[in-house]
Amino acid sequence: MHVVTFTRSTPDTAARVWVTEGGEVTWGNVATVVNPWDEYSLEETIVQATLGGGESTVVAIGSDLHNDALKHSMAMGILRALRVDEPGVDANDSLVWAALAAGAIRKLGAVDLIIFGKESVDVGTDQHSCQLARRLGWTMLSAVSRIIEADYALGAIKVEKMLEGRKQIVKATLPAVMSVMKGINEPRYPNFLGIRKAAKAAIPVWTAADLGLSLPPAATSALRYMNPPAREISTEIIDGASVEEKAAALADRLFLEKVL
Amino acid sequence: MSVFVWIETDNGAVVSSGWEALGAAQLIAGGLGVDATAIIFGAGSAALAAEAAKFGAAKAIVCEAEDLRGYRLEAYAALLSKLVSERKPSAVVSVATNRGRELLASAAADTNSGLITEAIDLRLEGDSIIATRPVYSGKVLMEMTANTPTTFLAVRGRSFAAPAGDAAGRPDVESVDPATVAAELRTEVEDLVAEIGGANLSDSAIIVSGGRGMASNPAAAPAGFGGEEANIWKAKHGFANTLQPLADVLGAAIGASRAAVDAGYIPYEHQVGQTGKVVSPDLYIACGISGAIQHQAGMRGSKIIVAINKDAEAPIFKLAHYGIIGDLYDVVPALTDALKRRLR
Repeated sequence: MHVVTFTRSTPDTAARVWVTEGGEVTWGNVATVVNPWDEYSLEETIVQATLGGGESTVVAIGSDLHNDALKHSMAMGILRALRVDEPGVDANDSLVWAALAAGAIRKLGAVDLIIFGKESVDVGTDQHSCQLARRLGWTMLSAVSRIIEADYALGAIKVEKMLEGRKQIVKATLPAVMSVMKGINEPRYPNFLGIRKAAKAAIPVWTAADLGLSLPPAATSALRYMNPPAREISTEIIDGASVEEKAAALADRLFLEKVL
Repeated sequence: MSVFVWIETDNGAVVSSGWEALGAAQLIAGGLGVDATAIIFGAGSAALAAEAAKFGAAKAIVCEAEDLRGYRLEAYAALLSKLVSERKPSAVVSVATNRGRELLASAAADTNSGLITEAIDLRLEGDSIIATRPVYSGKVLMEMTANTPTTFLAVRGRSFAAPAGDAAGRPDVESVDPATVAAELRTEVEDLVAEIGGANLSDSAIIVSGGRGMASNPAAAPAGFGGEEANIWKAKHGFANTLQPLADVLGAAIGASRAAVDAGYIPYEHQVGQTGKVVSPDLYIACGISGAIQHQAGMRGSKIIVAINKDAEAPIFKLAHYGIIGDLYDVVPALTDALKRRLR
């Protein structure tokens, strides 16, 4: 059996990210990290591939910026990595992205399960996973918080999904695409041996032509990036002779703000 | 032509954020010179169509089939995709809940349409719909448009007001058949588990959140609880007996920082921040939360932010409109009492 996961490099979560006068998004010289939600999908990919006695592959779509995330994934224990890059194509559009991803999955051959992190913190969306499932015609299981049972020989899986304020148990047939939540596992740290192995690994790059694809035009366009308006906040520190006085003063303010 | 609005339901009732999608749709439908059509699937949807008319929908397309009683992505997406292919609406709008996001992503893929998620603002330029959405955890905003005949829009919860619900129209209701056969679906919902979390964070107008400071509870842990174990006990006790009473008085949901979740003080479902939920309530009360940038990413859209923290240097005070410097275990009970008196 074969489990595939997708990942990407994103700016460190503590980094300042801003828009330059030229309208470009930048985070200066700050290093990238593996997309924080992907720590969980990478771990789950390793766990499921081990349980199923199969192999694991990590794929990134885009420029060599994402090589760091791929190396991190291999250092954690994913067996192989590859990157799909078609220069000049707008992979920010999720349908173009899904076309490239589906092409990569078809070229990989028999894949049982594709695992995504909940979303990408840079583009702030999770639509890629659903649209890949649609392109492949596979079952989509989003927001999975637990894999209860998986029988890869029979092609059956049972998971717990998170909805707004509730949980749901769903049974599905494989192959499937899933996105996993934080808390599904405890992601491991790469060890020294893993890091050394990953550093030496070659990462093949596939183009649309390698995948036999003619890509659709982008269905969406990014028009411009903007810095959010500065928040003009003057913090009022509430003082008083006693804690009761402070609390009463705060309660009064909240009534005046009409938020109660 | 029309703007389709998927109205999310659960057990035959519209979910709390459901009508916000209609509010967002009306912002663009007027300018495009088209009507809003409510799309409601599942048992009882014909009855909900009358409600949709009150909220300003000119028309409703419903599917009451038993197969669509409970939400299932495959069945819902197949029918929505079919309706979009046949009728070519200018836009399809829903709230970006878990279900709304996956449903719109799937139908957008099926119909080769552009999808914009987490939109917080919408405007028209000619006939083009321009959406603003946050990227990089809200550190940057972007404007996006779709290049396709239909624009799919999943709007962020609490970003668009629901219409008043006092319109006097009679609904023009059309009933349609499912596009799938239940026996052919590859998923089966076995069980729906109610969660202990209480109010849903994303929909809540008020959120009371606790952080690492929850462990400084003066209540003594039972004998035999040492070190981190005692801290976990104290924090849990504080969430239940100090924060919950304040939340009860305000009708608020309980949130938490990543530090509190990772330390085992409270389940992950409550986490607000970069790897938790992004919320934008009217009032956010941060108790014993220092305010790391990752936490700010989840709550800086709140209308009024209150910080209660012992440490006057905590970054949360730079973000807060009101602050009280003090121990949350002194301040929160006093605040609960003060609000109880006023809200009685």
